[in-house]
Amino acid sequence: MTLSPSVPADAPRGELLHPKLSPTEQGVRLFFLLCAVSALGQMLLITIFLFSEAAGLFLPAPGDRAVPLAEFFFSLDWFPTYPDSSFGSAALVIGSLAVTFASVLLAGPLGVGLAVYLACLAGPRMREFLKPAVELLAAIPSVILGFLGMVTLAPFMQGYLGLPTGLNVLNCAVFLAVMSTPTVASLGEDALSAVPQSVKDASYALGATRWETIWRVIIPASLSGLSTAVILGLGRAMGETVVVLMVAGGAAQIPHSLFDSVRPLTSTLAAEMGETAAGSPHYHALFALGMILFLLTLALNLAAFWLGRHFRKNS
Amino acid sequence: MLAARRGFEPRRRRRREFTALLFIRLTGAFTAGVMALVVGFIAFNGAGAISVPFLTEYPRDAMTAGGILPAIEGTLILALGALLTAVPLGFGAAVYLAEYARPGPLVSVIRLGVLNLSGVPSVVFGLFGLALFVKTFGFGRSILAGSLTLGLLILPTVVAASEEALRQTPQSFREAALALGASRWQAIRQVVLPAALPGMLTGAILALGRAAGETAPIVFTASCAYTLASPGSVFQEVMALSTHILNLATNGTRIEETLPQQFGTALVLLALVLGLSLCAIIVRAKLRKGRRW
Repeated sequence: MTLSPSVPADAPRGELLHPKLSPTEQGVRLFFLLCAVSALGQMLLITIFLFSEAAGLFLPAPGDRAVPLAEFFFSLDWFPTYPDSSFGSAALVIGSLAVTFASVLLAGPLGVGLAVYLACLAGPRMREFLKPAVELLAAIPSVILGFLGMVTLAPFMQGYLGLPTGLNVLNCAVFLAVMSTPTVASLGEDALSAVPQSVKDASYALGATRWETIWRVIIPASLSGLSTAVILGLGRAMGETVVVLMVAGGAAQIPHSLFDSVRPLTSTLAAEMGETAAGSPHYHALFALGMILFLLTLALNLAAFWLGRHFRKNS
Repeated sequence: MLAARRGFEPRRRRRREFTALLFIRLTGAFTAGVMALVVGFIAFNGAGAISVPFLTEYPRDAMTAGGILPAIEGTLILALGALLTAVPLGFGAAVYLAEYARPGPLVSVIRLGVLNLSGVPSVVFGLFGLALFVKTFGFGRSILAGSLTLGLLILPTVVAASEEALRQTPQSFREAALALGASRWQAIRQVVLPAALPGMLTGAILALGRAAGETAPIVFTASCAYTLASPGSVFQEVMALSTHILNLATNGTRIEETLPQQFGTALVLLALVLGLSLCAIIVRAKLRKGRRW
């Protein structure tokens, strides 16, 4: 029997049995609601500002050239400061995708392996040590990882592998992977731990070994959660700026190998925004790049969110 | 028979079991190794640069000598400013989400917004801060603009950690307060918040560490290459540890000569950020162990 029909069974924890609220209570509630809505408002403001500043590239002030959408999205030429300027983002988008996917090839297996280790193999003492270590690895400032890339891997690749530059896709991918592995591992561990003990016990009872249970039972059961983890790791790598700025090299070209240098979206923004005059075509073009980046990461986040919900429903 | 199927002979199974589990264990060792290498390399190379003058003086001779005092000050000011922005809003939003919100479209949209906010790349926050705070509000490159930008960046972290802490407070606490005649706000203020506050503050410290380590959001909103004095108002630009490393390592004309300064600055930043995070992690573990409910 419920005490009051006004309180549904799935009411939040603070839901009480006071049908009428005093003015103070309503005021307090309104205050907290405003705080929560302001978080949403920021998301909206970010979207509005990015899009309106980006629009200036395509619908410019009188006197400036209107850049056709086709040029912006498909041209490989990014020459923002030439007199005969060209604002093609394709090479930059490809640069972003190249370093992101190269890094996820490292961070995906490593992060998932680490998640399996933490969730299924590590003893309690090992976990007590390794989980904070993973959390601290995630907290290392990206500028330090970028700096490390510049002073360790770059001279190594230049000196020992005889490459023209050590600042390239591979170097960038390695340090992006260091940064996104903890994300994949900690989210993946949550997904793996959510598999009920009874399911694992059933597998052991059928004579499966630990690895067979992990590979054929636990991983399939948490596959959507693991995918969410990898996608969010991908999103983190794609949005990372400073590592990329310091070690990707900065040449706006389509990479033909892991040893070519690239200029992803984020490093273009960070490198060029400081030098442009507000309101110039270059300024608007950089916001348009920001908009692409924002949409790419938003798509990844929504995919992860959708997969996560799907995962909760099915378990 | 299972054992007769290819791949299920006992020896094959044992060997596969061994290799697969070995690989997984290695990922654990590898992560710990990477962590130790990163910290060890920076500490080993940076320790030589650390001295009292390095921490208390201004840079001299085109950054090749002297200290990094203004960068330390700048980073602390910006991170604290970010915390002052994010904590009131973040705590408020968390109280609403944990204590007041009924499941419905509004709450779903708010949650989705917070979730997406946490996935927005930090450089996009920088662009937003530039367009809104620096240009539209006319704050210029300043402590104020940088702190607000960083504050928005860490807001989702603060909201998530605080909501988690609030949800871990048992429902019986609220019921007991109500049974004694407390109103909803009284119950929250006098019972729920005191119980959840340590957890909420731990989350805030983690967010503070993140704000101190960020580079991209403050490059165009707050930081400058060099200042002559401590900032006198929130409308001045400051140096920061993270951008100082970036400037010395990429823009300087004397990159080789400033290398000891770069390592020293990296060590100070790493110690600051990992120190804050470690404090928060230890406090959180103590709280979990010592909890009486």
